[in-house]
Amino acid sequence: MNEDSQKTILLGNEAIVQGALAAGAQFVATYPGTPASEIGNEFAKIAKNNDQLYFEFSTNEKLAIEAVIGASFSGLKCLCAMKNFGLNVASDSLLPFLYTGSKGPTVLVVADDPSCHSSAQSEENSRGFAQLAHIPILEPSDSQECLDFIKLGFEISEKFSLPVMVRLTTRVAHQRSTVELGKFTPRSDPRAAEFTPNKHQFVTMPPRVLEMHQELLDKIERVREFAEKSEINQLSGANNKIGIIVSGVGYLHAMEALQTLGLDLPILKLGFFYPLPEQKIKDFIKPLQKVLIVEELDPYLEKEITALAKEANPELKIFGKAVLPEVGELKPEQVIRALAVLVGAKLPVELANFKTIKHNPRFCTTPVCPYWKVFAALKKAAPEGTIFGGDIGCYMIAGFAPMQVYDYMFCMGSSIGIGHGIAKAVAGKQKVITFMGDGTFFHSGMPALLNAVYNQSNILAIIVDNRITAMTGHQLNPGMGENAEAGTVAEVKIEEIVRSLGVKAENLKVIDPVDDFNGLVSAIQEFYNKNEVSVIIARRVCALLEKINAKKL
Amino acid sequence: MQKNFNIVILGVGGQGLMTLLKILSEAAFSAGLDVKTSELHGLSQRGGSVSVYIRFGEKVWSPLVPQGQANLIIALEQQEALNGLYFANPETVFLVNQYETPTMAQTASQAEVETELKKMSQQVCFLPASELCQKQLASEVVSGVYLLGYALNNDYLPLKKESVIEAIKKTMPEKYWELNLKALELK
Repeated sequence: MNEDSQKTILLGNEAIVQGALAAGAQFVATYPGTPASEIGNEFAKIAKNNDQLYFEFSTNEKLAIEAVIGASFSGLKCLCAMKNFGLNVASDSLLPFLYTGSKGPTVLVVADDPSCHSSAQSEENSRGFAQLAHIPILEPSDSQECLDFIKLGFEISEKFSLPVMVRLTTRVAHQRSTVELGKFTPRSDPRAAEFTPNKHQFVTMPPRVLEMHQELLDKIERVREFAEKSEINQLSGANNKIGIIVSGVGYLHAMEALQTLGLDLPILKLGFFYPLPEQKIKDFIKPLQKVLIVEELDPYLEKEITALAKEANPELKIFGKAVLPEVGELKPEQVIRALAVLVGAKLPVELANFKTIKHNPRFCTTPVCPYWKVFAALKKAAPEGTIFGGDIGCYMIAGFAPMQVYDYMFCMGSSIGIGHGIAKAVAGKQKVITFMGDGTFFHSGMPALLNAVYNQSNILAIIVDNRITAMTGHQLNPGMGENAEAGTVAEVKIEEIVRSLGVKAENLKVIDPVDDFNGLVSAIQEFYNKNEVSVIIARRVCALLEKINAKKL
Repeated sequence: MQKNFNIVILGVGGQGLMTLLKILSEAAFSAGLDVKTSELHGLSQRGGSVSVYIRFGEKVWSPLVPQGQANLIIALEQQEALNGLYFANPETVFLVNQYETPTMAQTASQAEVETELKKMSQQVCFLPASELCQKQLASEVVSGVYLLGYALNNDYLPLKKESVIEAIKKTMPEKYWELNLKALELK
């Protein structure tokens, strides 16, 4: 870092952390998920032995946001971070949090992954939660804005007593760019936090809940007035009959396009996605003949602007998803071509149809991942016709060629839940074997296993316990006997949870897949014929972690 | 205005692509240039195809290199060089590590890769980076740094070697300096 100018280069996620520190955040909770994972890793480093900042890896996103809600109610400045799918998990608690509002200012960071670089499941666009939860949403486009928008998010939250969401995408969260660090707000002492009972604000019972709904809608209109004047809804460029409206990383592609085509056009960059500065947009589109709307995935802005144009400029020609894709992340050349269509510029035809190559992800080979052994045992032991359920973690790699093990794969914790449904439906005609890691079991596997036991399923659940949350970059979980704040804590044993959830002792085995490969093969064979839920915990530390730990000694 | 310099680095997860980006971004930043990178973490780091980008110059907008705009393409795995064609033009320099990780579907030999690349650009260098680093330094993982050194020595990279050395020192723990600096100077 250059000390004089305070300028440095940061990853978007690192800038998020710097923004939170600059704003004086006191309480941070997260569940790791790419592309948001580095936020927690950075905080974990900073929070250790720091009594001004509390940090936890919660066991799932709903629990992360609930921890933050509790801390906000107690007056602390809070940040919560997760990936898009985490927001689905957290949403049950998020929606009422908008009704109660925040007490301590609270910012929620959500990272989407257009093009699913590090995601299975769906190409979710979290902007949809704006309408569902009525949560103000800010969209940064580079690392500087990551820092600035987090600080602004805290200001907005403080001003309106509402949680504020900062929505990232992969190309923002994992973009390294220059950042000017700001002044740091001194943190007030988190130990001074106190929960002052306020049933009127914190209890969402009817009929009060309906009043709260109205209060929320009123607050949002006040935030909209704020957004109308906010400088993050930024106007630039020369006057012209053709204009551009952009959000998020689309802004950077649009500026690239203007530069490439040598154009200077009016551009409205929306830092606020919700609530939208409607008057500002109307004023912008009024003198235009054509407008290009550059946004990734669903045409949310396009629909809103189409509605606003009916009043402000019915003749306006709106170009959005007609010239840009709705699936996959935006690429600069797509925006260049789209803009060329609007202005009637001729572009050289780019060559296409290059020969390409695809390396599928695979389990680590140096050092050798213990999961190789698990799936080798499976191949040996499981008869043809077995149904395999996958889940979210490193072991999902077995879904890629050449293994292509899984017959279904959805979201965190779902392998057991869906497997149970299949088992009940096929009533003993086919066997289901599910795979889930230790982190995912703690996240959402436990209720699924309870349901399968309670409703008398006969699935075989293999819990691949590599003693850490590995895929997202080695975050702590309850099975490790360690947390981010205290260091050593009591280790939670998965086999004890499994027993407590009702799995019988004779239907449970803990096996090291490397040291006792044959034992794993015969356990799968034995449990295959069980008419009750059975569980094998294949426990072997992640080979990468083992290597890192060995280096530390 | 001077055009930005665009680099695409291709390889498979675990080959140290992110480290190269860090070194390059610090080196360009210390030269007073605007810099943007785009990297990939998570699933993409588990041995699968990865492409990352770095752009530097007076003012960089998009973090992604637009199609056909790469000045330099570094492939740490030779078949991955094919994925660079999308970003290449006839002026693009390809530096390709003669190292191969098998793919499951189709594979391409060095000759095939070379033929495809040369349809686009004549500036294609295949280099035994992994082999050389393994033999001379007993470490394959620095082959990317070796390729950076090669690019600097041949004026394929408009940065000063001193700023790259400084960037290595800034982005890595001291115990790795010697190895990486040796890789940078390896001939």
